[in-house]
Amino acid sequence: MLILFLCALLSIVTTVGIVLILLTEAVPFFNEVSILKFLSGKEWAPLFSIKSFGVLPLLSATAFIAGMALLVAFPIGLLTAIYLSEYAPGPVRATVKPTLEVLAGIPTVVYGFFAITFISPVIIRPLFQTESIFNAISAATAMGVMLIPMVVSLSDDAMRAVPSNLREGAHALGANRFQVSVRVVVPAALSGIVAAGLLALARAVGETMIVTIAAGGIPNLSYNPFDAMQTMTAFIMEVAMGDTPRGTVEYESIFAVGLMLFVSTLVINLLAQALLAKFREVYE
Amino acid sequence: MTSIPFRGRKASRNRQFRKATSGGFVALGIMATAFGVFAVGLLLYSVANDGIGVFDWDFLTSFPSRIPEEAGIKSALMGTLWVMGFTTLFAVPVGIGAAIYLEEFAGKNLFTKIIESNINNLAGVPSVVYGLLGLAFFVYWANLGPSIIAGSLTLALLILPIIIVAAREGLRAVPPSIREAAIALGATKWQSVRFQVLPVAMPSVLTGVILALARAIGETAPLIAIGAFTSVFFIPTSPTDAFTVIPIQVYSWITRPLPGYQEDAAAGMIVLLIVLLSMSSIAVALRHVFARRRMW
Repeated sequence: MLILFLCALLSIVTTVGIVLILLTEAVPFFNEVSILKFLSGKEWAPLFSIKSFGVLPLLSATAFIAGMALLVAFPIGLLTAIYLSEYAPGPVRATVKPTLEVLAGIPTVVYGFFAITFISPVIIRPLFQTESIFNAISAATAMGVMLIPMVVSLSDDAMRAVPSNLREGAHALGANRFQVSVRVVVPAALSGIVAAGLLALARAVGETMIVTIAAGGIPNLSYNPFDAMQTMTAFIMEVAMGDTPRGTVEYESIFAVGLMLFVSTLVINLLAQALLAKFREVYE
Repeated sequence: MTSIPFRGRKASRNRQFRKATSGGFVALGIMATAFGVFAVGLLLYSVANDGIGVFDWDFLTSFPSRIPEEAGIKSALMGTLWVMGFTTLFAVPVGIGAAIYLEEFAGKNLFTKIIESNINNLAGVPSVVYGLLGLAFFVYWANLGPSIIAGSLTLALLILPIIIVAAREGLRAVPPSIREAAIALGATKWQSVRFQVLPVAMPSVLTGVILALARAIGETAPLIAIGAFTSVFFIPTSPTDAFTVIPIQVYSWITRPLPGYQEDAAAGMIVLLIVLLSMSSIAVALRHVFARRRMW
């Protein structure tokens, strides 16, 4: 019994551990680099001889790529979920769901490879005449495909949780399937659907290998999707791949960036959970 | 009188409009669904197409090499086996234990609530942040170095919330009548859980465990963060040895300019995908067995 309790307690210890470690390594960093300069600086060059630690380029690239990925995944995922939940005949549903689960189980390093060997050279380059294989839009597209199953399964759950008497009532009043789906089911499941989008966004913000492989890895305060960029996660990977000795400001900088990453995903996740809790109140 | 045919025309136009939007919407839904399925096919095909040329027995049994044609995945494959073995050892008992506590023993109080919401939050922490935890805590503080044991502990923490959530679902699916019957016959709470609830829940708990382990096999970022090597020219013989795993080896091949390495990378992904697909088939099969054996 005590052992079981300790197992459950380990989850709290992990969280405390994450927060403590990020803080203890980030505090010395902020002793050397002022927090204000970190948050408002427009140049990120920690590995140059004249270092500069303005996190804005990493932050904007993270938000930009995650936003573009959501632009791919959310409409496609939502339409798929509406189709599967409200229209699809049983056998179609029974085939599509496991297929999308396969998509969800593919390691992200494979998506990164797909981005630079297929999406970028075969789709993006002929369409937009891009010069380099490595650009934000290819990474974001691959990430969007990766997020589709997540959006589908979460919003499908939300829509199937809508009681069927709401649908039947609307049908009885003369609404057709389209009107029932779009005017009854989707609004009733809205908080769950928005939560699905937020959870996908958090996942996109924390996604590492796709952007490390495909986005180019150059800190760049730009909103041109065809530019190379570096996200917060890709920067952590860059430093981790080199041998940066412990105790240097470069080493500490990955914890400062990690802290920023942790806080951003936590805020998005908490928002999503708050929405889901509200959703549960209505229908239980 | 004139207003009736007018209204009728309007109604019929409205009906046509409704039919058109409804039909258009179904078409959109089917297209979106087809896109997802098509993307799976395209991705699998493109990887298979790139890698099939070098994917053979030699590839599985060779070390990495400076010549792309001679490179193989042996050390990464062994590294993955070592790391996954220890990850299973650490994460599965603790995860199932925590699930049993939360589902069967925990009172409905504030503390339980905190643990539960905390587990939800942990599941949303990016994997690279677990890597930073592993780097600072296991590698430096506990002085384990970038070893198999440090990598396994990091991955174990990463998949723990997934295992807990899945195992709790499995336990929750066991009807309370089974617990009550055991207790009515004089069993203690622990005996009812150990001998009645757990055996019934086991297949679905295992399904969740397998899917969580499959997630761990594909993880790259946390292990790179703790400083795992990219190319290893020996087979690890102890848990304190340095190591690499398949996804890291694949990543290191992707980043090399020589074109031959891209084929090696794709072949490595074929190995990875075969392992993952067989794991998820086992999970699906287990779920199936569970559904058939359901006895209530």
